[in-house]
Amino acid sequence: MTRRQRRLSLIAAAGAVLVLAVGLVLAALKESIVFFNSPTDLVDKHVKPGVRVRIGGLVEQGSVARSDGLIVRFAVTDGNSTLPVVYQGLLPDLFREGQGVVAEGALDAQGIFRADSVLAKHDETYMPKEVADALKKQGHWKDEYQKKSGTTSPSRAP
Amino acid sequence: MIVELGHYALVLALALALVQASVPVLGARRGDPVLMAVAGPTALAQFAFVAISFAALISAYVRSDFSVLNVFENSHSAKPLLYKITGVWGNHEGSMLLWVFILSLFGALVALFGGNLPAKLRASVLSVQSWIAVAFDLFILLTSNPFLRIPEAPLEGRDLNPILQDPGLAIHPPLLYVGYVGLSISFSFAVAALLEGRIDAAWARWVRPWTLLAWIFLTLGIAMGSYWAYYTLGWGGWWFWDPVENASFMPWLAATALLHSAVVMEKRNALRVWTILLAILAFSLSLIGTFLVRSGVLTSVHAFANDPSRGIFILAILILFIGGALALFAMRAPLLKQGGLFAPISREGALVLNNLFLVGACGTIFVGTLYPLALEALTGDKISVGAPFFNATFVPLFVPLLMAVPFGPLLAWKRGDLMGAAQRLMAAAAIAAIAIAAMFVMQGGGPVLVPFAIGLAAYLIVGALTDVVERTGLSKLPFKTAFARALGLPRSAWGTALAHCGLGICLLGVIGETQWGIERIAELKPGESISIGRYELRLDGTTTRQGPNYREFAARFTVRSGGEVIGVMTPAKRSFPTRQTVTSETALLTRGVSQLYLALGEANADGMVAVRAYYKPLVLLIWLGAMAMVLAGALSLSDRRLRIGAPQTARARRSLAPAE
Repeated sequence: MTRRQRRLSLIAAAGAVLVLAVGLVLAALKESIVFFNSPTDLVDKHVKPGVRVRIGGLVEQGSVARSDGLIVRFAVTDGNSTLPVVYQGLLPDLFREGQGVVAEGALDAQGIFRADSVLAKHDETYMPKEVADALKKQGHWKDEYQKKSGTTSPSRAP
Repeated sequence: MIVELGHYALVLALALALVQASVPVLGARRGDPVLMAVAGPTALAQFAFVAISFAALISAYVRSDFSVLNVFENSHSAKPLLYKITGVWGNHEGSMLLWVFILSLFGALVALFGGNLPAKLRASVLSVQSWIAVAFDLFILLTSNPFLRIPEAPLEGRDLNPILQDPGLAIHPPLLYVGYVGLSISFSFAVAALLEGRIDAAWARWVRPWTLLAWIFLTLGIAMGSYWAYYTLGWGGWWFWDPVENASFMPWLAATALLHSAVVMEKRNALRVWTILLAILAFSLSLIGTFLVRSGVLTSVHAFANDPSRGIFILAILILFIGGALALFAMRAPLLKQGGLFAPISREGALVLNNLFLVGACGTIFVGTLYPLALEALTGDKISVGAPFFNATFVPLFVPLLMAVPFGPLLAWKRGDLMGAAQRLMAAAAIAAIAIAAMFVMQGGGPVLVPFAIGLAAYLIVGALTDVVERTGLSKLPFKTAFARALGLPRSAWGTALAHCGLGICLLGVIGETQWGIERIAELKPGESISIGRYELRLDGTTTRQGPNYREFAARFTVRSGGEVIGVMTPAKRSFPTRQTVTSETALLTRGVSQLYLALGEANADGMVAVRAYYKPLVLLIWLGAMAMVLAGALSLSDRRLRIGAPQTARARRSLAPAE
């Protein structure tokens, strides 16, 4: 084999792996990413039942109801719209009324969000990024988080 | 007073770093030995001052000095001593100080053990290392100072996030940081080589042990972190493809590629430009990881939105170092002569293939981790890229790599014999075929891919051992001779076999856990039982007790297998009043390499206890495989006689060393 052929075979191998990697990434981006929506977005964008999405907002006060078989019903609100959610299973340690939550799943035909995973915030100063942004957008950004973390600047978004 | 001393020591360290960053490299340019000799002592002094600074912060935590803002925010007087100390790096400021501490430690190590390096290279490496130190010292002093005082000292601290109050935190971050930051040495070596415009096989021999050291700790750190997440989060998962995890996994993949390409450079003097590039990329990925985790762009909107100075500062460091190094690379790389020809089918070719797949896999993770951030910045759309994405991209790239792994050590340098290697792997292939057939019979239906995956793991393990078995003559010679030969093999050969074996062991664990794991969620009254696999778990009762800084609610389960009691499991929930948070204390029962896993849910008003139970077959193999890799790295590292040597004798030494 000449130097040229050796170099070409090296470039061909590198190209093949590159094409494979890019192809896999593009295919996976098309199929396995999930969009995040606030309850208002869900209405505005007319997200169809059965499409997997993530939703986020605050768990509405007084909305959590448990029933047999570890089924939990609660409502997620961003201040403008409220979305009923059903989840079966154990909730995270930090799930609480009035706190931020992110759930992944899909709407059913009745407009109820069937979640198959629920994430709650990590600690009292942490709120899922999506939730905070969604709340800001809706103009319901609460400043209790800042207060707890020491700064008292009022930060109600316009 | 001690705290001010710590602050002052850090400022002095910065001053020393400035000297070390400029004087030795100037000396290397001018060929002035006096200026170059400044590097060693300043590196040691710099380390000493950072160590004083770090010790001062630890002392403030141990004494619960709440007049220090950082201690007040992250500690509590009732916390056990271990968590007072580990709390030092359980927060942003403290963990950055740990980062700088390790950075200066590595600088000091090069100063101490780099005696056999050419003086110019040593001076340049220590200078480049110090550029990084200057940037991060400034970062701490300007934006993340842990030594700030509060005018009126509060009586009690805010406590450390309870999830971090775990022995895992004592070890995981330091290990990971040693790995992350250890890659800075490879980076400094690469930049120094580019500055000098000269590079040879000896360079690779000096870089390899440092990269290997960093790689060992990175592997340990990632494995520890994975096990910690597994037992502490209560979800039974050991890898989430979370951006923070990816941030540590990307440098690992790049460092693994670097280790392999450095072998080619050391033995055959080929792939020089590529090796330099990998050394730059590996540390760049560490810096990106630091940025992702420390700037707060990923998790806490407050960290970034409330205090953008930090994020922007790290971003500036990132651009300066990565951009600068890559620009230098673009300018100087054409000057480096390519050396060492090889046929595509050869040991070099196999290592190139390894590099292509590792870098490709690293690239897909990079895209998956940063795409959501980029998309949000550009369009405002929020997406989550989770496990499905990474499984769909990472797995197809890793499977061909794993199939090629056993071939590598069996191919000769320069020109290899693929058919010959395939023949030598017949035993491995046969065992894999038996494993596949056995799995099909045992499984009787179910996913078709599982038996093949098990077959791949078996092939990988046996294939990795093929080389050492043949070289010791275990299959042909009497055992005694074989044993003597085994002792005579270079340790790096054992390292290779063991590391590749560890990969197979790890794969076995991953398959077992993901494919055969069982999950059950139930609500129980005392006296009731659930069964999971062949185990039966009976809830005996619940208790509450008071811990040092928490209240604990625990449930006691008796575990039976075939009617016989095999153990007791007591999962618990702890509630921490200072932070008003609850953590799960999972209970684990180990059976061989499999585990039973119990986590409590919330207790109901009517005395029912919700519980999440898992049976995790082979799960421990995941971490045992990683431990095998760590041990393999240590073995190879101890084989220093092959690598450490004065450049002029390198050729002579190489001809004496047994061929690998």
